[in-house]
Amino acid sequence: MSAATPTVAAPRTRVVLAALLRKELRVELRSFAAVPAMSLFSVTTFVLFHFALQANALDGDLASGVLWVTLLFAAILGINRLFVADAEQGGFDGFLLSPADRSVLLYSKALTLLAYLLVLELVAVPAFALLLLQPAIWPALPGLLVTLALGDLGIVVIGTLVGALAVRTSVRDLLGPMISLPLLVPVLLCAARATSPVLAAAGAGTLPLRWLLTLALYDLVFGLITFAVFDFLLED
Amino acid sequence: MYGKRLRPLALTTFAALTLTLVLAFFWAPNDANQGFLQKIFYLHVPLAIVTLCGFIYGGLAAIAHLRTRDSRWDMRSYVAIHLSLVFGVGVLVTGSIWAKGSWGVWWDWSEPTLVSFLLIMLLYATYQPLRFAIEDPERQARYASVFAITAGAFVPINFVIVRLSTAYLHPRVLGNISANLPGRFQIVFYLSLISMALLWITLWRYEMTSKHASAQLRALKRALGGDDDEALPRRSAVPTLTIGAGATPTGRGSAGRTGAPR
Amino acid sequence: MIALLEIPLHQAVPYVAGAYIAFVALILLYLAIMATKLGRIERELAELTDLATRRRPGADEHDAP
Repeated sequence: MSAATPTVAAPRTRVVLAALLRKELRVELRSFAAVPAMSLFSVTTFVLFHFALQANALDGDLASGVLWVTLLFAAILGINRLFVADAEQGGFDGFLLSPADRSVLLYSKALTLLAYLLVLELVAVPAFALLLLQPAIWPALPGLLVTLALGDLGIVVIGTLVGALAVRTSVRDLLGPMISLPLLVPVLLCAARATSPVLAAAGAGTLPLRWLLTLALYDLVFGLITFAVFDFLLED
Repeated sequence: MYGKRLRPLALTTFAALTLTLVLAFFWAPNDANQGFLQKIFYLHVPLAIVTLCGFIYGGLAAIAHLRTRDSRWDMRSYVAIHLSLVFGVGVLVTGSIWAKGSWGVWWDWSEPTLVSFLLIMLLYATYQPLRFAIEDPERQARYASVFAITAGAFVPINFVIVRLSTAYLHPRVLGNISANLPGRFQIVFYLSLISMALLWITLWRYEMTSKHASAQLRALKRALGGDDDEALPRRSAVPTLTIGAGATPTGRGSAGRTGAPR
Repeated sequence: MIALLEIPLHQAVPYVAGAYIAFVALILLYLAIMATKLGRIERELAELTDLATRRRPGADEHDAP
């Protein structure tokens, strides 16, 4: 049974990934669906916290908590939007019909969400430092960046999985947050605990390694799980 | 067939539970610190352990479902999670009562079991809404399995992390389980653990039997009814078991089969 | 170590009783819901038996429900 038709070799992952990322960038630049909303939301939330807590300046545990909860909720907005275009306009079908390896969709969406988060933080962290933070941000910055990086990874890993899970249900905007928030609590816990000594009023303390380590392990475990189960969400 | 061993299982469970209660109240001594209140421990902790194992089993059954695509595994996973949710409510309620008796407050953030259970219950409470929100039965089962696997992995990890966080701040000796129990306490504790596990297994089989019977009833109805079929089936969060030749879901009832039903 | 309230027996009994009763109530509620489902299954089975005997009259009429 020799095949008369030519077989199509699966294109290299790097090539497909680059193509998908270019597409995501183009879509986002044209529609501004996610990132502006996330950034604006975070600044507005800081204002809300100011009025709710009736505090002009926060430090330590409270500052760390306010920052991370705001980032988390803004990230939820991004997760909600992550797969919507594909679900509504046939992007899933288009991808599945192509000969590319299915995991590439996971990588592209994860990297896209990571990009959303990075831009969000470029806006949110300075806004936070300006509006609500009492100690100076500069000495805290290295520790903060490390924690942000690990926290972002956790949000990306969980967010991509839950985004894909929730998008083709009838109540996607409700299910997405409902499912991702409990899963993100350990990320929040470790990140907030790690950040609070860094934002202490008396000057940036040392970064507690145990929380960073825990966070990194959590990211790793759920990264593996997401990688393992993601394909099952794409089958039809 | 899930109903076959149900009776001996139920009787064993009943015997084990009765024995446990008798021993717990008449044989095990009162705790030096807590007195009589400690008796709740024989209820709350085994309930918690069994519930967590139930959720993990739900995840394992989901893995089996994704590998074999047999709807029976999906049903097993669904029933396990459903039952563990019920037991989980029991954990939170008994835990709160214990907390109120021990520390005077209904809720205490430094009790790691209660806190991690709250998180787990919040997560699993989304399982049924997720299923309900997906109409196509095959996709519903698949997505639910992905959820069950992720949540099943979350259970032990979350438990460890919450323990870490509470231990760091407020060492709560009471939350620690059986490791340091002396003699009689330990025997009664393990007995109550076995009884609770038996109860879970019995109720699981009970619900599996009921769901299986419903599914067979539907198949019978389709086989007998033929063309005058039921109206469009209502959307449901419950897995649809496919009865009959092969395990591959047909997605639709068999068309107009007249003659002797199977 | 945080001090635990040492409650006297007569105060502890309501808590212990409450916990066990709550647990039993939960299980019984679950069983009650299962029982209604079982009732529905039995009803539908009766309908189907009826349907089947109408289709094949005389065949299964002596079967006890």
